[in-house]
Amino acid sequence: MTAETLAFAGVAVVLLASSLGVVLTPNLFHAVLYLAAALVATGVVFLLLDAPFLFGVQLLLYAGGVVTIVVFAIMLTERLVGTSIRQTSRYLVNGALLSAAVFVGVAGFLVQLPPAAPRPAWPGDLTVAVGRALVGPYAMPFELLGGLLVIALLGALYFARSEP
Amino acid sequence: MPLGAYLTLAALVFAIGLFGVLTRRNAVGILLGIELMLNAVNINLVAFARFHADLAGIVFTLFTISITVAEVAVGLAIVIVIFRVRRTVEADHLDLLRG
Repeated sequence: MTAETLAFAGVAVVLLASSLGVVLTPNLFHAVLYLAAALVATGVVFLLLDAPFLFGVQLLLYAGGVVTIVVFAIMLTERLVGTSIRQTSRYLVNGALLSAAVFVGVAGFLVQLPPAAPRPAWPGDLTVAVGRALVGPYAMPFELLGGLLVIALLGALYFARSEP
Repeated sequence: MPLGAYLTLAALVFAIGLFGVLTRRNAVGILLGIELMLNAVNINLVAFARFHADLAGIVFTLFTISITVAEVAVGLAIVIVIFRVRRTVEADHLDLLRG
C-alpha cells in the first residue's frame, strides 16, 4: 500500500459517505453541509490527480459560492426554519433500482478498459500551462464564459427582483 | 491509482446524485443531487486529462465549474420566484403546466 493508495481510499470513503448524506438525510440544511464536505473531497481528488489549481477553484467557487447561495435559498423558502424543513423522499426503491442500473451500465464500460497504463508525466507546471492556455488557444471561450456569467447573474437578479 | 479507480469513484457519485434527483421532493434537494452528478463528471474529466497528459480536460473542467455556478444562481432564483408565487417548493405540487 503506497501513500497515494491510502490517500485515495480515504478520500473515496469520505466522498461516498458525504454524497450518501446529501441524498439521504431528511433535513435539507444538513444535506447542504454534507454537500460542502463532498465538494471539498472532490477537490482533494483533484489534488491527487496533480491539479492543485482546480482544487483552489473548487474550494472558492463550489464549496464557497454554491453552498452559500443554496443556504440562502433554503432560508428564504422555508417559513419556519426547523419545523417545515424536514422533508420526505418518495419512490426510494424505484430510485435506488434506476441509479444502480445506471451504475452497472457505466461499470460495464469500465471493465472493458485496457490494462492500467502508467501515468504520463506532466510537462512542466500545470498552473502555468492552464494560464497560458486560457489566454492562448482558449481565449475566445474564456471571454464567452465571462459574458455568460454576467448574463446569468443579470437573469437571476431579474427573476428574484421584488415587484414594483 | 489506475484510471479505472477514479472512473469507478465518479460513477458511484453519479449514481448517488441520480438517486437524489429521483427521490427528493424539494426543488432545492433536486438541485443538490444535480450538483453531485456534475461533480462526478468533473472527476472524470480531470482523470482523463491527467492520464492522457492533455490540458484540454483541465480547461474544460474550469469552464464546467463556472457554468455550474451560473446555473445554480439562475436555478435558485427560479426556486425563490416559484416559492413567492405558489408558496411551495415541492416538485410534486408544481403542476401548473400539466394538461
